[in-house]
Amino acid sequence: MTSNTFSRRTALFGFPALVAASPAALAQRAWEPTRPVQFIVPAGTGGGADQMARVIQGIVSKHSLMRQPLVVVNKAGGAGAEGFLEAKGARANPHMLVITLSNLFTTPLATGVPFNWRDLTPVKMLALDEFVLWVNAASPWKTVKEFADAARAGRLKIGGTGSRQEDQIITAALTKATDAQFTYVPFRGGGEVAVQLVGQHVDATVNNPIEAVTHWRSGTLRPLCVFDGKRLSGTEKMTATESWSDIPTCREAGLDVEYLMLRGIFMAPGVTPQQVAFFAGLLDKVRETPDWAELMQQGAFNTTALDGEPFREWLTREETRHKTLMQEAGFLAQPQ
Amino acid sequence: MEEIGLLMQGFAVALQPDNILLMLLGVSLGVLIGVLPGLGGANGIAILLPLTFAMPPVSAIIMLSCIYWGALFGGAITSILFNIPGEPWSVATTFDGYPMAQQGRAGEALTAAFTASFVGAFIAVVLLTFLAPLVAGFALQFGPPQFFAVMFLSFACFIGLGRGSPLKTLAAMMLGFLLAAVGMDTVTGQLRMTFGSTEMIRGFDFLVAVIGLFGISEILSSIEDGLSFKGQKAKIDLKVVLRTWAEMPRHWAIALRSAAIGCWMGITPAGATPASFMSYGIARRTSRHGDEFGTGRIEGVIAPETAAHAAGTSALLPMLALGVPGSPTAAVLLGGLIMWGLQPGPMLFVEQKEFVWGLIASMYLGNVVGLLVVLVAVPWFAAILRVPFSIIAALILVVCAIGAFTVSNAEFDIVLMLAFGVVGYVLKKLDYPLAPLVLALVLGDRTEEAFRQSLLVSQGDLGIFFSTWLGGSIMAAGIALAAWPLLGWLWSLLRPAAGRERPKPA
Amino acid sequence: MSALTEGGDAPPRGVRTVGVEIATALVLTGLGAAAMWDSRRLGIGWGAEGPQSGYFPFWIGLVLVAASLGNFALALRARGTAKGGGLFVTWPQLRLVLSVLLPTALYVAAIPFTGLYVASAVLVVWFMMRLGGFRWWVALASGAATALVAFVVFEQWFLVALPKGPIETWLGY
Repeated sequence: MTSNTFSRRTALFGFPALVAASPAALAQRAWEPTRPVQFIVPAGTGGGADQMARVIQGIVSKHSLMRQPLVVVNKAGGAGAEGFLEAKGARANPHMLVITLSNLFTTPLATGVPFNWRDLTPVKMLALDEFVLWVNAASPWKTVKEFADAARAGRLKIGGTGSRQEDQIITAALTKATDAQFTYVPFRGGGEVAVQLVGQHVDATVNNPIEAVTHWRSGTLRPLCVFDGKRLSGTEKMTATESWSDIPTCREAGLDVEYLMLRGIFMAPGVTPQQVAFFAGLLDKVRETPDWAELMQQGAFNTTALDGEPFREWLTREETRHKTLMQEAGFLAQPQ
Repeated sequence: MEEIGLLMQGFAVALQPDNILLMLLGVSLGVLIGVLPGLGGANGIAILLPLTFAMPPVSAIIMLSCIYWGALFGGAITSILFNIPGEPWSVATTFDGYPMAQQGRAGEALTAAFTASFVGAFIAVVLLTFLAPLVAGFALQFGPPQFFAVMFLSFACFIGLGRGSPLKTLAAMMLGFLLAAVGMDTVTGQLRMTFGSTEMIRGFDFLVAVIGLFGISEILSSIEDGLSFKGQKAKIDLKVVLRTWAEMPRHWAIALRSAAIGCWMGITPAGATPASFMSYGIARRTSRHGDEFGTGRIEGVIAPETAAHAAGTSALLPMLALGVPGSPTAAVLLGGLIMWGLQPGPMLFVEQKEFVWGLIASMYLGNVVGLLVVLVAVPWFAAILRVPFSIIAALILVVCAIGAFTVSNAEFDIVLMLAFGVVGYVLKKLDYPLAPLVLALVLGDRTEEAFRQSLLVSQGDLGIFFSTWLGGSIMAAGIALAAWPLLGWLWSLLRPAAGRERPKPA
Repeated sequence: MSALTEGGDAPPRGVRTVGVEIATALVLTGLGAAAMWDSRRLGIGWGAEGPQSGYFPFWIGLVLVAASLGNFALALRARGTAKGGGLFVTWPQLRLVLSVLLPTALYVAAIPFTGLYVASAVLVVWFMMRLGGFRWWVALASGAATALVAFVVFEQWFLVALPKGPIETWLGY
């Protein structure tokens, strides 16, 4: 049924003005939202997930990709538990999207809130957010090895966002990989964490590229390695000598830790395949816009996108991995 | 000076006709957003952010920052008229602003609030214009221990200011701390005091509690005396603005000090809310009429409003220069910058001169425009009090319900708001002071967090709070402020006990 | 309802302050105790890296319990005195308070079922007719206007989704 739709869309490639007409043209055959679509952000205003949700909202309205408006709703309570429970409870409601981050896995495991990603309908992985190991430029550590040696010699402090979430999990993985003990200090937001490192209140951070890039460029922070299987793609010089692609992966640098954060879109449980197909198509259109490309480049995102069965497999794999990592670190919720 | 030249170029950008139009639109929308409790600056800007997506960055930030100014101005309106703080930082404005309105001096209170806001913002913008790089460096010195010291100082400013029973003050404050602790513990990620309920995970949002404790409870207690609001008979016209202005220069010292507190708290970045409380506390303590604070002193409006607006403005500096938002609203603006392809941080001032100076110029102009808009509207705002009770009470309840809901999109928060209203009504009638409760609720979890972060950093060594000159001196100031009234307070605690044991004095 | 109104010159009667004092102190004691109880689960100690999750709530709860028991004792002691005999609220005052509180409680309870807009309109109409003595058509028009303005401002301009009920669903929102 949808093959026709897709070919039509690809035919319109590169004509954003015309893309606007396509949903209307498809109205007779495919499902289409009949009321405003709620876009749930299981995080506070101003964070990475919120920014991405609002960029998507902006792109959808700027290019008129959907006839109904997209309404962003923040449900941040309990590290996002509130937003997930809301979506879980909205069975078969096709007018609801959820953007997820790693708290899709970590929140239920750390808090015991009755929720699992299988309670939602996966639509699409939009991108993966990278993590980079940063130290202050004034510190003597120029390589991962020097950093690990220093950590083994004396306890270092790593700042991160939130507790028992991605940053602390990476810290736990670092502990395992280096045999060094770290003190993890939780803060509220990524920007704050980066500045704590600039002010030398902590020794290292695992900030996302976008949170720390300005300090790197102004010469106050130094990246040591990126927690991805392959190097970042940006080749534009960010400092006098370095570009994103010059940062080694942690594995190259002898630190066997890999971590990427999901930026994906889900729907409520029990929605029909046609409804999922509509939003998957919508998100494809979003990903083709220059605005999206700019965001991806700014944040040095890993632009892998998955949907359907491969996405489910990826989710299953990641869930197991989070569970193992969190169990080893002792981050699982104790029964009340 | 290089700054002056750049600023002039900035004015040229900001003074383009369409940008002026955006300023007016932004300020008006901001006032509306500030008036509606719950739909505060942060939510409002987040909501309108996607609309600015298609604009050039300078115009977009001008409009959004004008919404921010508008919201800062607007927060005072409902605080003064109905005792409902539209924004967290206008809680302290209710302490004297609302009694003034009850005495028929609503126009005066509003004028004082708006003018004080303007003065605070203006001083902060001047600071921003000439000292930005210097000040940004100062903000870097603030790690968890210094941050805790600032919070401690805020509490210290308020200790001993209550007039009521010390035991009740203590109980109210502890209740505030407990409410602040409900929900997720940010340091360990554990859930505290949720007792297995998913509705409790969210914790008690400060605004929901305040809308109930102050707004709803005020409606309940005011109708005991009949179905009307006090203070509606006042004659109000634009002359009240001039009359108030004639009186205001007398309080220049309070305004200057409050602006200094505000700038400092905005840069730290502790934010506008603690700034307004701290400034109110200090004003009351240093005033010769300190005992009359809370009964409708104009200084009690000037102090928190100047500080809040100065803090709100200077909070933009760490955001622009470091990428650290000094307030939730600044956090959303930060997201906006990134969306428009601008990377906030030290490089912004070097690479995006036109943008930065356009924004700074728009701060000057936006505040002037904002002041004009709200001052002209003073008689109308004050006239709201003359609307019959049965209409205005219902509308207030509806607006409060919407406000409570929009804070975190939860229907349960509306129920909580009403419950807090009843609690507030009972506590107020029993002379439990609400100010310590609210102070503990708004600063409690950030203070605990900073304390525990510090000890994580120092591996449990309490000495960390005194290990730097900055943190140490703030702590020392706080201890000095706290100790003096504490002694008197302990004395008053002992005295009635001693009095009771004695047989009847003659 | 009017049966509750006190008439004549009899001394005002109502809820006594001392009773409310005692009840409030007991409720606060209970809250403090609940906090202490829950904190035990989280650990109330002072670990190697500073206080555990339950440390502050436990001590805060303890102070709250102590302060409230103090207030309780003071209230008991004041029971016989003139101050303790004062009224918290007289019956006619309570009736006025309830005339606002009860409809508001119903309003809040109705929001999950009818949505916020319909409930708000009804609340405005009720207040204007019962408390303000407005004519029914003025009240009805005002109620509808309130709901409509709120709807346009929030759903249309600001794109904020407020609770909606069957009527809005039927209209396609």
